[in-house]
Amino acid sequence: MNDASSEPLYRVDALIAEDIEAYLDLHQNKGLLRFITCGSVDDGKSTLIGRLLYDSKMIFEDQLAALEADSKRVGTQGQAIDFALLVDGLAAEREQGITIDVAYRFFATEKRKFIVADTPGHEQYTRNMVTGASTADLAVILVDARKGVLVQTRRHSYLAHLIGIRHLVLAVNKMDLVDYSQEVFDRIVADYRAFAGTIGIADFTPIPISGFKGDNITQAPSVNTPWYDGPSLIEHLETVEIEGAAAQARSLRMPVQWVNRPNLDFRGFAGQIASGTVRPGDAVRVVPSGKTSTIKSIVTFDGELDEAVAGQSVTLTLADEIDCSRGDVIAAADAPPQAADQFEATIVWMSDEKLIPGRGYWLKLATQTVTATVAQPKYEVDVNSFEHLAAKTLGLNGIGVCEVTTDRPIVFEPYHESRELGGFILIDKLTNATVGAGLIRFCLRRAQNVHWQALEVSREAHAALKGQKPAVLWFTGLSGSGKSTIANLVEKKLHAAGRHTFLLDGDNVRHGLNKDLGFTEADRIENIRRVGEVAKLMTDAGLIVLTAFISPFRAERELVRGMIPEGEFIEIFIDTPLEVAEQRDVKGLYKKARSGQLKNFTGIDSPYEAPENPEIRIDTTTTSPEDAAEQIVQRLLGEWVPDL
Amino acid sequence: MQRLTHLDRLEAESIHIMREVVAEADNPVMLYSVGKDSAVMLHLAKKAFHPAPPPFPLLHVDTTWKFRDMYALRDKAAKAAGMELLVYHNPEALERGINPFDHGALHTDLWKTEGLKQALDKWKFDAAFGGARRDEEKSRAKERIFSFRTASHAWDPKNQRPELWNLYNAKKAKGESIRVFPLSNWTELDIWQYIMKEGIEIVPLYMAAERPTVERDGLLLMVDDERFPLLPGETPVVRSIRFRTLGCYPLTGAIESRAATLPEVVQEMLLTTTSERQGRAIDKDAGGAGMEKKKQEGYF
Repeated sequence: MNDASSEPLYRVDALIAEDIEAYLDLHQNKGLLRFITCGSVDDGKSTLIGRLLYDSKMIFEDQLAALEADSKRVGTQGQAIDFALLVDGLAAEREQGITIDVAYRFFATEKRKFIVADTPGHEQYTRNMVTGASTADLAVILVDARKGVLVQTRRHSYLAHLIGIRHLVLAVNKMDLVDYSQEVFDRIVADYRAFAGTIGIADFTPIPISGFKGDNITQAPSVNTPWYDGPSLIEHLETVEIEGAAAQARSLRMPVQWVNRPNLDFRGFAGQIASGTVRPGDAVRVVPSGKTSTIKSIVTFDGELDEAVAGQSVTLTLADEIDCSRGDVIAAADAPPQAADQFEATIVWMSDEKLIPGRGYWLKLATQTVTATVAQPKYEVDVNSFEHLAAKTLGLNGIGVCEVTTDRPIVFEPYHESRELGGFILIDKLTNATVGAGLIRFCLRRAQNVHWQALEVSREAHAALKGQKPAVLWFTGLSGSGKSTIANLVEKKLHAAGRHTFLLDGDNVRHGLNKDLGFTEADRIENIRRVGEVAKLMTDAGLIVLTAFISPFRAERELVRGMIPEGEFIEIFIDTPLEVAEQRDVKGLYKKARSGQLKNFTGIDSPYEAPENPEIRIDTTTTSPEDAAEQIVQRLLGEWVPDL
Repeated sequence: MQRLTHLDRLEAESIHIMREVVAEADNPVMLYSVGKDSAVMLHLAKKAFHPAPPPFPLLHVDTTWKFRDMYALRDKAAKAAGMELLVYHNPEALERGINPFDHGALHTDLWKTEGLKQALDKWKFDAAFGGARRDEEKSRAKERIFSFRTASHAWDPKNQRPELWNLYNAKKAKGESIRVFPLSNWTELDIWQYIMKEGIEIVPLYMAAERPTVERDGLLLMVDDERFPLLPGETPVVRSIRFRTLGCYPLTGAIESRAATLPEVVQEMLLTTTSERQGRAIDKDAGGAGMEKKKQEGYF
């Protein structure tokens, strides 16, 4: 065995055995620290975590027996216990001998409970480290004493700093392999200090350790490092000041998660307090509406509270009946956060599918979910050299600074002021995957400059005057499928029936509004976005809008659907097989595309993503344009606008 | 400044998670297994939605082989919470008389894994709370709090959504569902401390008492009812025993113990040298990857 076995363990078994009640009292009042460990593949990260679990007796005899057997079978430490095997979880990884995801581990000492995010050190897994770091208060950056500060060390430090971790520990590991040399340690610390300053890291705590042997893990200095006069790793983790006080000192913000209405007499706003404190009688403002009220009570299962603070999940009631729902933020009346719909943000891309500038993604920030588009990056950051590179998009693990626009104002704070109101995720609207994480740097356009609210003549008034319900009939299909023909016939019929309509046709729009756009993927997306915006304004004016565009990408059609009030977007799929459309070739375009004269032609060298659940589908191989139009009008009047 | 303890922070996190699910899912349900973790989860649900009752039903995927004390507490706890209790029995398992004595692994597969899938399909639940903790088992350590399942209930450990800050992505396609684990960051000790602090009622089997037992295959089993087939030469012996986890009584090993109060139970747990799931037969299948394999197949 090694010399660590002689060191005292964290748990005082004597107290547990003699006076369990006293022990439990002590442990009721522990704090919680979340930290991450990051290092390169062979820096001994898993070994260190295994060691922390082992020393805190979080490993039981049956697990230890399994560990000893595994160590002999696949371990990398000869006959000794390979602590790394304790923490390398999933079957595939165990065989490869690497960790490939974020795993969370737990241990406790007399003073604190710890949650450790174990994040991998491979270059391609920036994503995992950012994920693990997002909930951490502290980062342990592991360096192999034999190798010193590596490119990976710099990258991990940069990411930890980017994600707002204020406490960094530089754990110089494997000191046993450099004869516990103070000189080696001092040189690595000096190297790191020189680098840290260049990326804005003001302070860090260097500790010489051996995860394998146990030096300076629980007690310092170990017999092997008499020259070291700082705390052991555990001592430091137990005493480092967590940001609780700072969060409570800031102004009140509570994103509303859910409105609790068990009966007509009670309306409570449930949420977790992001910052500040709240007491009954406090003046508050609901953002973004700006309405003010005072806190009537703080309701909990255990009775009403006199005060609640950042981090607690509570239910607030207000003295006045004002509008407030999920997504709103209840804030200090005299210091409310802003709302805006355009930001500059640092985006970390987390998906194999590249970022598509201009495409609509779901953006979730606190309890708000909106549609957002991301512009082409201003620059991408090379995480090894920290250089700013020109970029058209971001790929998996790419980090860039981009302009983000949301379809309505959201309440926010810059990320460096608030993780809770400054961090967001981006979700692909089709696959529902989380594809990116964003950190708001600042807003580019404040919402108060754009007056959306209280138009004198509302959209309802516009529609009422025309005696109809507005709608967008969105025709989609291949070139030559018959979209324009059928849309024209539908408009004629609606017009004849006294409806106020307008037809937006692909070719016509491209001659005017969108004549600056070509046929690349990005331009096609922008084309559809503009048409969607125009259609939306027209529905606000009370019109029934018909659009005839190939609109090949599902995501863009869904983007438009999201802009239009629910039930008013009717997707009509003009389903004509490619062979049939190509055979018709009314405009001779397929011929040109086949011969290479026309690039990015849908169906030939650019994909068409058919709707999965269109409101109406017309099979033109079995239905004539006239019958199709009649069917659409009948269904329209029957299902969507029966009162017409 | 008010200082939040680790239990305060865990409680606030779990409540936040439950409220997110209720705000974003169409038809959530809470899986209730009557164990101590379920008891804590139910208690947290009551806190999260107070003064309203939790706005979802409890679902017990039953095997008919739980301890009698568990059935009693289940019905009582649901009633006290003002929640609807749904109990599901896999009709195929019922018809074939599947039991832990004759059918081994098939018992867990049909009653629990298949039963759960059937129940979720039957009521079209799109989000299901479960009381699993990350500290229980290695493959759980990497599972997300919001764990996404395909329409056929499969879990793909390679294709998990990254989970950042406290932002949970609850978006899903029709037919797909999410398993949500609000106790992910709790440890066994946290659970016990919270039960004591909050005075949560748990099944008495967690506390030591004199009970009829049989020793078989290295496990100390309790003879809970007359369905327990005694092998030739076996006679139940009364021992002072308790349980660290509760499942089907013929599959759950007891430990000999004199710890009859909660503090004594915690004391024993802290001084003990074997892990919590050690009494469970299920984890030992398929080598070291038993639980991971079961989860891919749809086990909770």
